[in-house]
Amino acid sequence: MINNILAWLTDGAHWQGYDGITRRLLEHVAYSVTALLIAALIAIPLGLYVGHTGRGRFLVVNAVGAARAIPSLGLLFLAFFWLGPRLNGDIAFLAPAGLVLVVLAIPPILSGAYAGVEGVDPDARDAAKGMGMRGPQVLRHVELPCALPLIMSGIRSGMLQVIATATIAAVLGLGGLGRFLIDGLATQDFPQTASGAILVAVLALVVDLALALVQRSVVSRGLTGRYGTVQTFDAGTGAEPPAPALQPSGSEEPPQSGG
Amino acid sequence: MTWLRDHLGDVLDLAVQHIYLAGVPLILGLLIALPLGWLARRYRALYPILIIGTGLLYTIPSLALFIMLPLLLPIRVLDPTNVLIAMTIYTVALLVRTVADGLGAVPDAVNQSATAMGYKRGRRFVSVELPLAVPVISAGLRVAAVSNVSIVSVAALIGVQQLGSLFTDGFSRAFVEPILVGVVACVLLALIFDGVILGATFLATPWLRAGKASG
Amino acid sequence: MKRTKIAFAVTAVAALIGVAACGSGSSDPLASGGSATKVGAGTIVVGSANFPENALLAEIYAGALSAKGVKVDKKLNIGSRETYIPALKDGSIDLIPEYTGVLDQYFNKNAKATTADGVYAELKAAVPATLTILDKSAAEDKDSVVVTKETAAKLSLKSIGDLAPHAKNLTLGGPPEWKTRPTGVPGLKRVYNLEFKTFRPLDTGGPLSVQALKNGQVDAVNLFTTDPSIPANGFVILDDPKSLFAAQNVVPLITKSKVNPTISAALNAISAKLDTATLGELVKEVVIDKKDAAVVAKEFLTKNGLG
Repeated sequence: MINNILAWLTDGAHWQGYDGITRRLLEHVAYSVTALLIAALIAIPLGLYVGHTGRGRFLVVNAVGAARAIPSLGLLFLAFFWLGPRLNGDIAFLAPAGLVLVVLAIPPILSGAYAGVEGVDPDARDAAKGMGMRGPQVLRHVELPCALPLIMSGIRSGMLQVIATATIAAVLGLGGLGRFLIDGLATQDFPQTASGAILVAVLALVVDLALALVQRSVVSRGLTGRYGTVQTFDAGTGAEPPAPALQPSGSEEPPQSGG
Repeated sequence: MTWLRDHLGDVLDLAVQHIYLAGVPLILGLLIALPLGWLARRYRALYPILIIGTGLLYTIPSLALFIMLPLLLPIRVLDPTNVLIAMTIYTVALLVRTVADGLGAVPDAVNQSATAMGYKRGRRFVSVELPLAVPVISAGLRVAAVSNVSIVSVAALIGVQQLGSLFTDGFSRAFVEPILVGVVACVLLALIFDGVILGATFLATPWLRAGKASG
Repeated sequence: MKRTKIAFAVTAVAALIGVAACGSGSSDPLASGGSATKVGAGTIVVGSANFPENALLAEIYAGALSAKGVKVDKKLNIGSRETYIPALKDGSIDLIPEYTGVLDQYFNKNAKATTADGVYAELKAAVPATLTILDKSAAEDKDSVVVTKETAAKLSLKSIGDLAPHAKNLTLGGPPEWKTRPTGVPGLKRVYNLEFKTFRPLDTGGPLSVQALKNGQVDAVNLFTTDPSIPANGFVILDDPKSLFAAQNVVPLITKSKVNPTISAALNAISAKLDTATLGELVKEVVIDKKDAAVVAKEFLTKNGLG
């Protein structure tokens, strides 16, 4: 079995061409990164606002919780029937899946952003006000940097979620690594399916590692000492379970709701 | 919504199947994750191995696991046990780190007092560490529950009947109502699971309530 | 402390019982995900492929067998042929509605016959030892290559062969399994010398394929001849003069050991009463009118004195 899979993966012909691994890999990365960027553009400002002002907190906490429960397969089909008939050409393939990818990536990032700002040490906020900073300045100079660990954690969760959902999106005729899974399933070509699975897993790991490096470089060193405190989880905040102690790779959010 | 009215029985049957396929792995997964998490705590060297190992398991796409398991195990192709095992694997993968962190969140002082009071290791684990770890573990369990409900629906692509079947049936006939019903049912089911776990946690942690009452 | 432990234990046990009860309570045919061990010795498990017409045929078979007192369990929408034949072979399902031509090509690498009787005879010989086919029906549902009215007019297309000079600039769409199937992309090349620019894997003649053709995402697509979307959208079915798609009569494929006189009689009676026009009409009721396959099946059986 393993031999067949290795044979499939190392076969040069499988890497070239329209159906090749290279192209599918690039497609998958393209879908994922684009969706994540759009989701981050929406979710981070929103999360920062909610965390900073405390307005809409109840709505956000519950919306995030409920959104995690939405099955991606169902959402994909709904998006297809809603958007598909209104568009022409290749965009009709990409738009429904893209919409779902963005929608499913927003909750973890939103959650990370608002929990991050909320969890900022009140002393730091106090000190900032004491130094004469106004609201938006506090946000930019103190709260945002302090919230970065949880924001990055949310982004990493969101990324994994997107990569996983993009795999299923192949049922809508999309490209990406999910094609190997779906096509392998249809033709009962298990080396193909297994190879697809391995490729997705490897991609997810590599991307998570890359984001972990980004997190390391972006988060202030003065903060990483904070990881020493393990908070007991308060079920009421609806925030993600806390990053485990001493582990900068804190992606506890399940990447595959429906993935 | 006449479709729903006419098919309420069918939807409920599918929901029951869904509860089975998403719920049993939660319990099995927890039972397996508890000793593994304890091991990760107890033997420092195992922590990174277990955490990274289970993390790796989680990145395998669910569809792939559903397709591959019949090959790796002597299960027949259409047996929903495939889905059960795959879901248990995902639950364990999620919960091992949560259990380890939950146990780690118990203050050392408490452990030491328990030992000083004469609690042997086993009894200390069951009577002291585990109950105190309940809040963290329950949070992880809630996340796992919601995640499971969502992932199980993908099994419709391999022909296993559950709420996800409403998606594939609706899609093949260009019929939106079953799909909508299925999505709402999944979300409701996830909320119910979430509520049940919250309720159980509430019952299992009377000391948290006592503190608030006397405060 | 004691209260905590009791509360925990009670909740856990209650949950376990509740969930286990749920699992074992699902004996309804629709929640037919139950493990095979619950199926009694005389039960027939009817499976279907993952498209509405096949599920409808499976419902018709199941209804007719139930009416004759046979215990039936259903496992619908399994997947492509490559997926459910192994299920048939390992006993997960016992009976499935099939189509003579493609099934012949699946079992027989050297399939040559194209007429209804010729294909049936060839298939009968090619079926593996543990399986068998019953009588074929006059009803046919074939694969076809379909284009829009505009494309047909622009490129003067009447038969599949007319695509040959244009194919290298065109995109073909079809189910993922078409990429490797003898009736799919390789077959189009072998018989009509068609090499398309790209092949886009879509779904099994479903809304994805229909929309892809309608919206110009593909230039030609694989649809089934009974698909009501073809007349509904004014699509053109290209002729198949070289019979790549051969005869595709509906036929029950069943595990040999499960065959008995009651079952054969019931299924053969269905095959006798079904014809292409009727099948097309029934499929329209399921796909366009959104009626339940089970309901449409029952109506058909009642109308023909089989249910």
